[in-house]
Amino acid sequence: MEKFTRITAVAAPLLRINVDTDAIIPSREMKTVGKTGLAAGLFAGWRYQAPGSRDENPDFVLNREPYRQARILLAGANFGCGSSREHAVWALQEWGMRSIIAPSFGAIFAGNCVRNGILPVVLDNALIEDLARQVEADPASRLLTVDLVDCTVTAPDGRRHAFAIAAADREMLLEGLDGIALTMKRDDEILAFQGHDRLRRPWIYL
Amino acid sequence: MARSIIDKLWDDHLVADLGEGTSLLYIDRVFLHERTGSVALKELAAANRRVRNPEQVFCTMDHIVDTLPGRSDSTRMPGGTSFITQTREAAHAAGITLFDIGSSDQGIVHVVSPEQGIALPGVTLVCPDSHTCTLGGIGALAWGIGSTEAEHALATKTLAVRKPRSMRIDFQGRLAAGVTAKDMILALIGAHSASGGVGYAIEFAGEAVRALPVEARLTLCNMGVEFGAWTVIIAPDQAVFDYVRGRPYAPRDQVLEQAIAYWRTLPSDPGAVFDREITLDCSTLAPQVTWGTSPQHETGIDGTVPDPAGEPDTNRRQAMERALAYMALQPGTRLDQVPIQAAFIGSCTNSRLSDLRAAAAILEGRRVASGVRAICVPGSTQVKLAAEREGLDRVFRAAGFEWRESGCSMCFYAGGESFGFEERVVSSTNRNFENRQGPRTRTHLASPVTVAASAIAGRLADARALAR
Ligand code: SF4
Repeated sequence: MEKFTRITAVAAPLLRINVDTDAIIPSREMKTVGKTGLAAGLFAGWRYQAPGSRDENPDFVLNREPYRQARILLAGANFGCGSSREHAVWALQEWGMRSIIAPSFGAIFAGNCVRNGILPVVLDNALIEDLARQVEADPASRLLTVDLVDCTVTAPDGRRHAFAIAAADREMLLEGLDGIALTMKRDDEILAFQGHDRLRRPWIYL
Repeated sequence: MARSIIDKLWDDHLVADLGEGTSLLYIDRVFLHERTGSVALKELAAANRRVRNPEQVFCTMDHIVDTLPGRSDSTRMPGGTSFITQTREAAHAAGITLFDIGSSDQGIVHVVSPEQGIALPGVTLVCPDSHTCTLGGIGALAWGIGSTEAEHALATKTLAVRKPRSMRIDFQGRLAAGVTAKDMILALIGAHSASGGVGYAIEFAGEAVRALPVEARLTLCNMGVEFGAWTVIIAPDQAVFDYVRGRPYAPRDQVLEQAIAYWRTLPSDPGAVFDREITLDCSTLAPQVTWGTSPQHETGIDGTVPDPAGEPDTNRRQAMERALAYMALQPGTRLDQVPIQAAFIGSCTNSRLSDLRAAAAILEGRRVASGVRAICVPGSTQVKLAAEREGLDRVFRAAGFEWRESGCSMCFYAGGESFGFEERVVSSTNRNFENRQGPRTRTHLASPVTVAASAIAGRLADARALAR
């Protein structure tokens, strides 16, 4: 997994509430059993003129310069709600997005982000709207910095805004850790749990 | 200290405390399906990792498989066959139980899981599917995860989880006839928004919940994720114990009695403290129906399409405006005057035998309005067979409904079948998102009886008028 420490990049505002994972990657764009080949389908329903087509809708933010270079997404509340499909995160990642800033996230989506090197940042809605206004004044030069080392977002006006993130999530992103390998180190504890649990709840053990 | 049901299940599955509020939890069961489970199995094998306890892992074919009679591995979804064949190969290689096409146990994952006794009270169960919270209806601590987390659960029998805040929702009063669990959950989401439960594990409680049969509790919990909850749960009671008895993977005899004794200890202690408590009065509830593109865009069937101009919050107003444009509806329109072109009964929300019985009771001796395409897709092959034994299929067919094989079908659009461009569907499913049921298809969520009544009327309709 790609590590996340700090990025300074163009930020694209998409301040709609309740953007669901069906919108981030429509089912019809998930064509094979795998994690790749998904970037072209990112936001397909909004990015293209018609379903299945690849004629860009010039009004959609990610089709405009300099937002095509965006690595940060400014989003509305409950971003990534809906279906658990990790393809939503894989599509964002393949497209190049590294961090998403929103007032709240769909829980499964946020977990998927952390496991794929994308940093979900929770900030106040009013603050995100202010960041969007600052960026939109001149998106190519008014960049945002998202720093996971000191857990801050630096606005174009130079102000720094702290955000909170679970320690385990932060560590996983900073180190690019593989969760399975980490847990495997606790094999003894898992075996001990099973040994004791088998007596307590025999009906679980088919 | 007084503990909630969630605290108790958390404690009983704790393998290790990872600090900072994060726990390594033991996962009793994993369920997979061919759309997202396939990736998890494939990536796990590619990383040379094994499924740790394959006897606790189950997989079904529901999302991509066709639901037309005489189906096979070939699908209307372009490329769908590869999902099916690769899932089958990976499931066999991993040694897990597969409910394959043609099996009498096949069906939608969250319908099959309690039906087979795989989801039981008090178990932790995960699935790379957001509606896994459905199983809270029988008292399981069950939640949806991504594919990478599914790999973790498969390889280690555990997941690292941060304990969410806790909420209890007291559904007060008794439902009127013709009003269902689906209406309760839509009303909750309408009142507290689609993000009202974000960050919470929620216990559904109260008189209206206790009065629900087990299948209706599954419906209620199914849309917990549409409320934004991490998961939702209902304390198991005698109705659940009776439901579980005799299911294929459920314990029997002495072990069942031992399990029930444990299950009786699970309900929240008196005095258990929740971070948030809310109430919802169900006694005055009308059948609910959505008018927009989020489950929070809903109102009573006797209501009207709201005017975004009256919404003070900018984000919400803009979302409403987008929704009304997408749905082609005008503020002030009475919902029971909105004509429909299609009706769908199915999905993990509302496709169980009790749902089909309730819809059939409305349809019996009546005909679907001309110009309305109506489809019924039983939630599992077991449901389908049971319904056919009762003759429900004949009622649906005689009324003009298509009667399908089990699967997710048109609950979502995968590139194959859909109701069509800008067609308006009344649907017993759980998501009315833009394009969810097909490109520019317009979805109105409702209960199965509302769908049945609407199919007959040719417009959104109040099932209470047709109840007998
Ligand atoms: S029926 Fe619909 S919501 Fe349920 S699992 Fe299938 S696709 Fe998902």
